[in-house]
Amino acid sequence: MSDPESPLQLAVALDGAGWHPAAWREPGARPTELLTPRYWSDLVVEAERGLLDFVTIEDSLGLQASSPTDPDRRTDQVRGRLDAVLIAARVAPLTSHIGLVPTVVVTHTEPFHIAKAIATLDYVSSGRAGVQVRVSARPDEADHFGRRTLPRIDFAEATTPQAQALIGDLFAETADYVEVVRRLWDSWEDDAEIRDVASGRFVDRDRLHYVDFEGRWFSVKGPSITPRPPQGQPPVSALAHQSEPYRLVAGSADIGYVTPHDATQVREIVAEIRTGQVAAGRGGQTVHILGDLVVFLDDTAPVADARKARLDELAGSPYASDARVFVGTPAQLADLLQEWHRAGLSGFRLRPGALPHDLAQITRALVPELQRRRAFRTGYDAGTLRGLLGLPRPANRYAAV
Amino acid sequence: MTRPLKQIHLAAHFPGVNNTTVWSDPQAGSHIEFSSFAHLARTAERAKFDFLFLAEGLRLREQNGRIYDLDVVGRPDTFTVLAALAAVTEHLGLAGTINSTFNEPYEVARQFASLDHLSAGRSAWNVVTSWDAFTGENFRRGGFLPQDQRYRRARNFLRTAWELFDSWHGDEIVADKATGVFLGDPDAGTFTHHDPDFDISGRFNVPRAPQGRPVILQAGDSEEGREFAASSADAIFSRYATLEEGRAFYADVKGRLARHGRTHDELLILPAATFVLGDTDAEARDLAHEVRLQQVSGQTAIKFLEQLWNRDLSGYDPDGPLPDTDPDPGEHTVARGRASVRMYRDPVATARQWRERAAAENLSIRELIIEVTGRQTFVGAPATVADAIDALVQADASDGFILVPHVTPGGLDGFADTVVPLLQERGVFRTEYRGDTLRDHLGLPAARRTGAVLRTAP
Repeated sequence: MSDPESPLQLAVALDGAGWHPAAWREPGARPTELLTPRYWSDLVVEAERGLLDFVTIEDSLGLQASSPTDPDRRTDQVRGRLDAVLIAARVAPLTSHIGLVPTVVVTHTEPFHIAKAIATLDYVSSGRAGVQVRVSARPDEADHFGRRTLPRIDFAEATTPQAQALIGDLFAETADYVEVVRRLWDSWEDDAEIRDVASGRFVDRDRLHYVDFEGRWFSVKGPSITPRPPQGQPPVSALAHQSEPYRLVAGSADIGYVTPHDATQVREIVAEIRTGQVAAGRGGQTVHILGDLVVFLDDTAPVADARKARLDELAGSPYASDARVFVGTPAQLADLLQEWHRAGLSGFRLRPGALPHDLAQITRALVPELQRRRAFRTGYDAGTLRGLLGLPRPANRYAAV
Repeated sequence: MTRPLKQIHLAAHFPGVNNTTVWSDPQAGSHIEFSSFAHLARTAERAKFDFLFLAEGLRLREQNGRIYDLDVVGRPDTFTVLAALAAVTEHLGLAGTINSTFNEPYEVARQFASLDHLSAGRSAWNVVTSWDAFTGENFRRGGFLPQDQRYRRARNFLRTAWELFDSWHGDEIVADKATGVFLGDPDAGTFTHHDPDFDISGRFNVPRAPQGRPVILQAGDSEEGREFAASSADAIFSRYATLEEGRAFYADVKGRLARHGRTHDELLILPAATFVLGDTDAEARDLAHEVRLQQVSGQTAIKFLEQLWNRDLSGYDPDGPLPDTDPDPGEHTVARGRASVRMYRDPVATARQWRERAAAENLSIRELIIEVTGRQTFVGAPATVADAIDALVQADASDGFILVPHVTPGGLDGFADTVVPLLQERGVFRTEYRGDTLRDHLGLPAARRTGAVLRTAP
C-alpha cells in the first residue's frame, strides 16, 4: 500500500492539442505547430517548470481515429503525429530534470530496436528515459505491417472467448517483449568497456552477455549493441484497465497507469495489482500505481464547466474517456488527488484536456497548491527518473555476485 | 573552355566500430555518451559541412566464436541520437544508416518523416541491405534473406517508403479554428502497396515532412549497387578516393543516370576518406605512420589475417612471416557480423598475392596488413590536403568526401580550423549555409513525388 505521507508522483500525458477532440480549436491552441520541435519543447519545458516527475508522449502505428477499433474519415479532429521516441530525444537536450517517457507499440515492432532506442534516450537525457509499452489490437494497424492479421474485436464487449484469447495473447507477447528489453539492457555489465591499452582490449567480453530469449512470438540472441543505459533499467510503464493488463503491470512494469472513477475503485485496483505482484514474485519491488485523470482546470468551477461545455459543443458530443474526467479548480483537484493518494495510489498522470492551457494550470496552479499542502516537491532532488520515483538503480542480472 | 569551379561537399562520419578508430589515443573520448556526438556535430556545423553520418551494426561482431574485443564495441541507436542532435544544431544534415532487411517500411518511414519534421528538413537515410542469419538472430523475422533477394527487398522497401512519404501532399492540414476543419482531405495518407516483399495498406500517420522525403544515400560497389544508386539515391558513397579509380567510378555511375530519367546533378559521388594533418607534410607523414601502428596492432593484424584465411591463426607471430598455406575454403565462419570479409571474393588468390608481396618487400604480417588495409587518403599540411581534395573534385573523381576522423570526438577540429578556411579562400566551399534543408546544402532538386524514377528501376 502507498504510504499516505509519501510524496505524490505527478506526471502529465501529452497528446496532440490535448485530450479533448476539439481542444485544437481553443484560442490558445497551436494546431498548425503540432509537428514542430518548438511545440514539443515548449510543452516539456513547461512541465519541467512545474517540477513534474515525467511526461508521457502518446503514439500509435496508425492515424488517430475516434473509434478504438476502426479508422475513420473525420476531418474535424487532429490527425497526424510524430514518432514519440524521436520527440522525446529531440527535447532531451533542452531539459535537464524531467523524465521522458515515450509510448512504443510492442505489437508490430522489434524488441531489439526498442531496447537500444530507449537505452539511447537514457544516454541523451543523462538518465531520464522511461517507456510506456502499448498493445495494438487494431486490424488496420496490423495491415500497415502485413506480417499478421488481427480479427476485429469490439473491446467494449470483449467477453467472447475469441476476444479474451486475443487479449491474452497480445499481453503475453508484451510480457515477453518487456522481458527481452530488460535482458538487453542488462546484456552489458556496467563496466564492460575497459579500454585496457596493455592488452589491447576495448571491452571485457566476459562482461557482455547473450540474452538467449526464446518465446512463442520471437527469439532474440543479444547482446544489445548499446551499452547498459545510465539508469541500468529505464522505468517501464503501461496503461491498464482490466485484469490482463493489471497482470502485465504487476509482473513486468515499474509504473502502471490505471483509471478508477472513485476511491473505492482505487482500493480495488491497487489491491488486485499488489496481489498480482506477489504472485509474480515481485512483492518486494516498488511498482508505482498512478491514477489517470483527464483534467479541465480553471480559476473557478463555473469557468471550467463552461469551457468544457464549449469544447463539447464544438466536438458535437460530450467528451467521454476511459479515465475519469475532472472539471473544476486546481484546489478541488488537489483535494481529489490527496483522497485517492490516501486510498493507495502512488500518484497521478494527468491528461490535460487542452494544451497548453490545462498544462499551465497544472504547473502554475495545481503544483503550488500541492506544495502549500506539503504534498509535492519544491525542487528537483534527484538526477534521474528512477531517482525522482524513489526507485533504486537495479543490479545487473548477469553480473557475477 | 574553362568551366566554373565545382563546389565541394563535405560530410563527417562519427567514427565507430572498426579499427580506423583509435580508442587508445589519450585524446579519445566516449563513443556512446551524447556529448561526443554533440561535439562532432557542432564541429561539422561550425565548418559548414553538409551532414553528419552514422553507420550501423545490429549485432556485435564475433571472431572465432567470441565477441570481437579489440575495436570499439557498441553504439547508440541511430534515430534517437540524430533526433537529439537536431536540438543542438541548426543547419547540419543528419544522416542515419538504416537496414532494409530487419525493419518494416511503415515504421522506418514514420521515423524518417518524424526526424525530418523534428530537424526542420535535415534528414538523410543511408539504405543498406543485409541477409545474414547471424544478425537475424536478434530479430522477430529471424532467419535471413537469400543474397540474390537483398536488392529486390531494398528496392521494394524504398519504393514502399516513398509511397508512404508521398501519401500526404503537404497541404492537408488546414487547422481552421473557426470552421472546425482540421484536415483538408478525409483520405490523407491513404496507401496500398503489394509486391513480393510487402503487402500492406492503410493510412500513413505522419504528414508530409519539410523535405518530402529524406535525402537517400547509398553505398555499394557491385553492379546491382551502382544501378540501385543510379535509379534511387541522391548520393552514393564510394571506396575510390584516388584520381584514376575515382574518375572511373564517377563516370560509370553518372553515366547510368540518364537511363533512369535523371540528370548529372541528381546524384552526388562521395567517397569515404581519412586524413592526417601536420604542420608540414613530413610531420603529417610521420603522424600518419604512428596512426597506422595504432590502428593495426599485432593482435589486430592476426585478426585481419584470420578473416582472409578463415581459421584461427593465433599461434602466428605478427612480426613474423605469413602462413605458407592457403586459406580454408567454404563458408566464412571465423569472422561474423563483418561486411568486409565479403570483399575477399577469391581468398586463395588474395592470399597468394599477399604472400608474394610480403616476400618481395620483406614484410611481416603486421607490416603487410598495414599496407594492404591502408586508406589514409589525405596526409599532409593543411594546404596540401586542401589541394588534394580540390584537385580530386575538380577532376571529377568525386563531388566531395565523407571524412572519417580517427579520434572521437575531437578528430575533426583541426580539419575545421585549418583546411576548411583554405577551401573557402579558393571559393570551392561555402562560407555560410545558403538554405535551410539538407537538400539545399547538397544542391539537390526538391523531392519529386513517387513517379517514373522508381517505376523504371529494374
